[in-house]
Amino acid sequence: MTWATVQALLSHWRVHRLQLATLLIGIALATGLWSAVQAINAEARASYARANAQLAVGQFDELRDPSGPIPMSRYVELRRAGWQVAAVLEGPYRVGGRTLRLMGVDMVAYPALPAVTEAEQSAEATEPADMLTAPGRLLASPELQPLLRGQTNLPPVLITSALPPDVILTDIGVAERLLNQPGAISRLVVLPNQPRDRLPLNQIAPELKRISPTTQVDTARLTDSFHLNLSAFGLLSFAVGLFIVNGTVGLAFAQRRGMIRTLRALGVSMRRLVWLILTELTVLALIGGSLGLLLGFFLAGALLPDVAATLRGLYGAPVTGQLTLQPKWVLAGLAMAVFGTLLASGHALWRLSNMPLLEGPGVQAWQSNSRARHITAALGLILVVGGAFAYISVGGLVAGFVLLAGLLTGAALLLPALLATALSALARTAREPVSQWVWSDMRAQLPGLSLALMALLLALAANIGVSTMVSSFRLTFVGWLDQRLTAELYVTARDEDQAREITTWLRPQVDAILPIRNVELFHETGPLFLYGVVDDPVYRQHWPLIASTYSVWDDVMAGNAVLINEQLARRASLWPGDELKLSSKHYLPIAGVYSDYGNPTGQAIVSMAQLDQIAPGAEMRRFGVRMPPEGATAMAQNVREQFALSPRVVVQQAAMKAQSRAIFEKTFVVTSALNVLTLGVAGFAILTSLLTLWTQRLPQIAPVWALGLNRAQLARLELLRSVLLAALTACLALPLGLVLAWVLLAVTNVQAFGWRLPMFLFPWDWLWLFVLTLLAALIAAALPALRMLRLPPADLLRVFANER
Amino acid sequence: MEPGDGLHWTVWISAANSWKKRKQIMLLTIDRVQKTYPGGRPVLRDVSLDLDQGQTLALTGESGSGKSTLLNLAAALDSFDGGEITLDGTRLSTLDDAGRARLRRNQVSLVFQQFNLIPSLNVAQNLSFHARLAGVEDTTWNSHLAERLGLSDLLGRFPENLSGGQQQRVAIGRAMAARPNLLLADEPTGNLDETASETVLDLMLSLVADTGAALLLVTHSQKIAGRLDRQVKLSGGRIQ
Ligand SMILES: Nc1ncnc2c1ncn2[C@@H]1O[C@H](COP(=O)(O)OP(=O)(O)OP(=O)(O)O)[C@@H](O)[C@H]1O
Ligand SMILES: [Mg+2]
Repeated sequence: MTWATVQALLSHWRVHRLQLATLLIGIALATGLWSAVQAINAEARASYARANAQLAVGQFDELRDPSGPIPMSRYVELRRAGWQVAAVLEGPYRVGGRTLRLMGVDMVAYPALPAVTEAEQSAEATEPADMLTAPGRLLASPELQPLLRGQTNLPPVLITSALPPDVILTDIGVAERLLNQPGAISRLVVLPNQPRDRLPLNQIAPELKRISPTTQVDTARLTDSFHLNLSAFGLLSFAVGLFIVNGTVGLAFAQRRGMIRTLRALGVSMRRLVWLILTELTVLALIGGSLGLLLGFFLAGALLPDVAATLRGLYGAPVTGQLTLQPKWVLAGLAMAVFGTLLASGHALWRLSNMPLLEGPGVQAWQSNSRARHITAALGLILVVGGAFAYISVGGLVAGFVLLAGLLTGAALLLPALLATALSALARTAREPVSQWVWSDMRAQLPGLSLALMALLLALAANIGVSTMVSSFRLTFVGWLDQRLTAELYVTARDEDQAREITTWLRPQVDAILPIRNVELFHETGPLFLYGVVDDPVYRQHWPLIASTYSVWDDVMAGNAVLINEQLARRASLWPGDELKLSSKHYLPIAGVYSDYGNPTGQAIVSMAQLDQIAPGAEMRRFGVRMPPEGATAMAQNVREQFALSPRVVVQQAAMKAQSRAIFEKTFVVTSALNVLTLGVAGFAILTSLLTLWTQRLPQIAPVWALGLNRAQLARLELLRSVLLAALTACLALPLGLVLAWVLLAVTNVQAFGWRLPMFLFPWDWLWLFVLTLLAALIAAALPALRMLRLPPADLLRVFANER
Repeated sequence: MEPGDGLHWTVWISAANSWKKRKQIMLLTIDRVQKTYPGGRPVLRDVSLDLDQGQTLALTGESGSGKSTLLNLAAALDSFDGGEITLDGTRLSTLDDAGRARLRRNQVSLVFQQFNLIPSLNVAQNLSFHARLAGVEDTTWNSHLAERLGLSDLLGRFPENLSGGQQQRVAIGRAMAARPNLLLADEPTGNLDETASETVLDLMLSLVADTGAALLLVTHSQKIAGRLDRQVKLSGGRIQ
């Protein structure tokens, strides 16, 4: 019996192949986009975890000096007092135009690192002592091999796979030499098994802070917001895909109602039918889910390199651009497919199982009536208000996402009611019978199309929202770059002596030389880079301040105040008038806050004299050169030749801008890719709903046709209907998209990146999107219209012949 | 029971049969049945009716008098409010949903005015469908049916490409393929013209006669009703 029933149920798909394809594609798209994002996130997280494990970061307590490096003498005192600590010196190290992280550890004391073990056991094994004695060895990942091979001034390099990309590991003695910081220690790792009778820290080194692993600045935490943003997008695509599934399953069930009633009349119990249909849906979900996983894997593979570049550029987070297939990911993707399919089919299945055995057939009854529409609209309103309430009352990133979710789903649920109202208003203006019929017919079609239109609304709103955000960001960013990159040339000398030589040579030829000096400090919210500047009108005129006191520059230049970047201001909620703690001895009032896009860390600016006091001996190797822009290229060339500098250390402003913009563009490659895909999915949803609605169209069209409208007219009306509904939806999507953009700019960006952006409007983009939408609707309706045009009259007549 | 008990067995069966005859145990007994649809006036007030094995009975009555309602109750498609319906010894009021489904599958066959074929299955599949559900498929019987019903050339076609008369013949074939005890038909010729009606009725009556099934047929037509063994009229919620 079961087999006969299964055959009957499945035979539906044989006749409605397009429906089956739609259903599978819907499931595949939903799972595909979602899994792609999950794969990217999982890969990035795995990279962070691997990097931390490979460098033994985040496993032990650490000692740091908030005001700068720890002197060697402190280390010696701690060891004498019984403290088991291992010294680490690390810093940025430029090789061939790339900034790498050079990490020097005390090879004897530091916890065993996989890279070191691997190097010791490898075929070209070196004596362990080689690591320590001059010239020492460098350990690096295979990725860096081509870069390091050409370098003659470096110690021999051992390649190991047990290191993150962008990291060079070496003994601390080698690091001192390469970083040019003899006797300096960045941090001390507190090893396990400390003797009991050692002296407490505050008696030996009161200036050192003990930091537990959880509060050490962690890449995973820094990048969490970025991943959350991606996840939100994945979820949106998933939802749009589910709209397709929901629509298709609803229609398939409606079409199978007659069959199911017959099956029950012939003695198949409802319970058995429900189980069989559940099984059927699960199998379909697994098939669609597998297709989706395949799609997701390729999509993730295509997007990952850009994401990796973004994460490296923006956060310095070590992410390899390669994807590995993980069983957990596959299982999660399939589970999501099954869950989503059952979720999207739940309502249809519930209605089916509660369908009375004896009731006239008819798809009409299946679709929501006006009462259902009112309930949906009320629910939508509740979601919108609820989301707004959550944001206002709680605030923060998660509440921001709740606001977004409430807004989007709520607006989608409100859409049918709004469209129905608009169509009634239009219907009232109609005078002739044909146009009256057109409007009322359009209204009658709404329930069948509303899911696709909701998907379109979401996709359009997301598109408007995200592109407004990205364009606003671009506009702001470019303007900010112009302000911020004040000098025409930026020079990095080999050491301070060379820097002095170059400045002496340059000074008579240029307008001004602006030294750039900085030290890394430690603030409770994370690392803090303190910069010293000399008084120059260029700062006073151009520096992008977003909040300031009246005498901001005078105060800063007099050494009485500090400027901080927006990230630090928002993270630590410090604003003009508050005080910033720079070290245990140095507190300065904040005179202004400046925007600092693209920088993940906190930054502060003081006068050069102040910097010397706070962190004496900060090295002076970098400086900007102010001069007429026309001469910059020639001057850059001259400096390089005069001092035999490589092109990479004498950079022109224009090149720097281009580089910054490239990083910026990469940041949004993923979001815009997902954006386009979501819009594509929505277009597909319209096509499939129109095609599936087609079967129900005939009984409605046949009478009108019989009354004298020819098929060409009907085909035109078909096109008109699709385009008009899409246009109305697009009009509603605009305000929604703008609210979305506002939330992205003012809420999620602030939380995710630490900066708030002004919002700009781009009406031409909207117009273009509008045209694109109409075009998509036209294309989606073309196939049904063509079918209408070619429809054999016999098919229309059959409507009258039997009323099934 | 052991092989040697064969004698006992046959004796027992014939005894049971004669007992059944003596007590006039009917295949279908409808006893003072009442039915009211929610929010409506009573449709069936007090309906009693018997139908014996091999009998054919026509149920007539005005439109809206409750003929379809009564037929649906007899088919265990719907539940009633009072009285009892007994089908081959089974009291329908005692069955749950699964029990009723089982009864429909194994005892009863239905033919409707709207032919209720499964649109995505072809004629051959539709024809054997009910028998397969009941687990009593008999291919020789199926092809015999197809032959008798004039469907042999249409077996690969789908319902939407058949005429009304052809569809109804498939529906009758589907009903009879399961060799039911009771065939219930609700205006099976209501959608057909006169010649097609004649053919369909002839086929149905001859098949019922051949298989020894009982037939309860709802019809408007006096002419059709006249061709059955008995006829009763439903009016005012009662059998007249
Ligand atoms: N599902 C239902 N809900 C409420 N009332 C119903 C339902 N089905 C039938 N009725 C009512 O019950 C009464 C009997 O209906 P029924 O279909 O049994 O009549 P009928 O004798 O078969 O009529 P016809 O000859 O037109 O087919 C009618 O008044 C009808 O309106
Ligand atoms: Mg009836």
